[in-house]
Amino acid sequence: MYVAVKGGERAILNSHKLIAETRRGDGQVPELSVRQIGEQLGLAVDRVMTEGSVYDRELAALAIKQAQGDLVEAIFLLRAYRTTLPRFAVSEPIDTATMLVQRRVSAAYKDIPGGQVLGPTYDYTHRLLDFALAAEEGVGLPEAPEAEAPLDEGMPHVADILDHEGLIEEERPDSEGAEVFDLTREPMSFPAGRDQRLQNLARGDEGFVLALGYSTQRGYGGNHPFAGEIRMGEVSVEIVPEELGFAIDIGDVVVSECQMINQFEGSKEKPPQFTRGYGLSFGHNERKVMAMALVDRALRAREMGETAMYPAQDEEFVLYHADNVEAAGFVSHLKLPHYVDFQAELNLIRKLRQEHQDRLEKEAAE
Amino acid sequence: MNAVAKKASWDEAYNFAYLDEQTKRMIRRALLKAVAIPGYQVPFGGREMPLAYGWGTGGMQVTASVIGPSDTLKVIDQGADDTTNAVSIRRFFKRVAGVATTEATEEASVIQTRHRIPEKPLKEGQVLVYQVPQPEPLRKLEPRETETRKMHGYAEYGLMHVRLYEDISRFGHIATTYSYPVMVNGRYVMSPSPIPKFDNPKMENNKAIQLFGAGREKRIYAIPPYTRVKSLDFDDHPFEVQRWPQACALCGARNSYLDEVVLDDKGGRMFVCSDTHFCADRQEKGHRGPMAADPAARAFARSSETSEQKEDDGR
Repeated sequence: MYVAVKGGERAILNSHKLIAETRRGDGQVPELSVRQIGEQLGLAVDRVMTEGSVYDRELAALAIKQAQGDLVEAIFLLRAYRTTLPRFAVSEPIDTATMLVQRRVSAAYKDIPGGQVLGPTYDYTHRLLDFALAAEEGVGLPEAPEAEAPLDEGMPHVADILDHEGLIEEERPDSEGAEVFDLTREPMSFPAGRDQRLQNLARGDEGFVLALGYSTQRGYGGNHPFAGEIRMGEVSVEIVPEELGFAIDIGDVVVSECQMINQFEGSKEKPPQFTRGYGLSFGHNERKVMAMALVDRALRAREMGETAMYPAQDEEFVLYHADNVEAAGFVSHLKLPHYVDFQAELNLIRKLRQEHQDRLEKEAAE
Repeated sequence: MNAVAKKASWDEAYNFAYLDEQTKRMIRRALLKAVAIPGYQVPFGGREMPLAYGWGTGGMQVTASVIGPSDTLKVIDQGADDTTNAVSIRRFFKRVAGVATTEATEEASVIQTRHRIPEKPLKEGQVLVYQVPQPEPLRKLEPRETETRKMHGYAEYGLMHVRLYEDISRFGHIATTYSYPVMVNGRYVMSPSPIPKFDNPKMENNKAIQLFGAGREKRIYAIPPYTRVKSLDFDDHPFEVQRWPQACALCGARNSYLDEVVLDDKGGRMFVCSDTHFCADRQEKGHRGPMAADPAARAFARSSETSEQKEDDGR
């Protein structure tokens, strides 16, 4: 019998108990703490904060624990929680030029003011399984040596170096007081402004954005990108409370940022120059911000007067399908009962088959 | 929210009915616009709900915005009160709004539904909230929102008629069985949500107010009471609904939408009302279908009847 969907409350409650038991796993193994996840699965936490649109390591770690490490599920948990939070203020734009840099590389210049800073990266590790990490007693407390001299204080954006020559398009701030689109409060609308697009891509599924970015490199909308600069580090967040009228610092967040530089052959109105694609995420997530920057640039096709021919340039296609909470929900809703509609289709198929049979018999008789 | 609100007790970690008052106000504004322009899809700032997109988040936001502490809520999925997701949504509102719930169509002031309209005619003052997966009736013909909005703006619905005509030229009749498009108040072509076309005629001149919420697509639309709702058709191919040669195996009804229930793996099956309350009510009044005494059929009916009791155990 179709008990799976007619089970009612008791079945639901029992399935909750079963998932709690499964999540805990073997009782002989010590339970994972939220702090351990926050400290030792930090990149997973960064992804969940970014796509979940909440900067809170502890909550993101809790979501990861609750979701048994299913990051899309964890993102969903964090988003649902976010809905219940009041909004106190809109922050001032963060200034990533003042970032306390932990990592900063450019592929466009060999040396840059402030220098190349590798920081913590897997880039040059050989991807060999490290069995030392599997040892029962653990790895102890690895320590990195301290640099002899501190990093430069201000690290200008690499793209700004080109700016002085007019080789790269200018980046103009929005006019004073212009309201920023808020994707979490307003429905998507088209044509989408860059604020809406970047919010969507930042919240968008890393895998989806990565695949789209990749497609632009393989020829589905090539923009000849250069990784102008990738940087990661702490920036301070400021708000201007109405009663004060001046900015106050409310805390620091770690962000990753990517400025992609793309060739542009120019159009009737615009001389040939480099153009930009931009990516930003919470925490440390270079894969995401690089892919995001590629897709951002691809989606500027309309603005640049380029013909949009490829999926990554198709605004509605990209923005409507990037969100994994929406996508996972709608795909998984196929698990819900559809037997009323299925019954309607059964009746139809039976009718169509009967008509088909009748037609064949009639033809045979003729 | 005052004396009455005090009586209803809910999980006070959350605002009444989960959403904050600003969000509810935003949704109510969208609902007012929707009622004022029947069949028109109003974009709204849909919120993330603690239920997956596609599982009724739009319906839940609408219900949360219209429900008050003195309301009585009924939730159905596939016409049944005891399907898992209906149970889950009913539990949600019990927890966050503390409202009374019922399975009786006539006792409910708000009915949230997925894929069915109750068989029992609705009354004035009742609110029927539909969960909508895809609010755009033209989406399968034109994937771009920018285009479909224009088509609605110009009432440019030729494409839809062509699609229906293609069915006729191929099969001799229209081969759409659910989500059958309707024309509302002579102006907007609207998706009735994936209800079977059997239910389409119930939308017309309904005494209740019909509200539609699409959470993932962030659209709200509505049909006010006593509104013209016409299923699209042609003069020589008039709209018609499904009919069954059988009566309901349990209650003997001949005028309700029937689900096919597989009883064993030897081809044994029966047809029963998809509207579980309608069926149970008839049986209580002494109506009997051809299989009412069959043990397998009884077992099926029992598993449906006891769902409410189970739910109370579980709380």
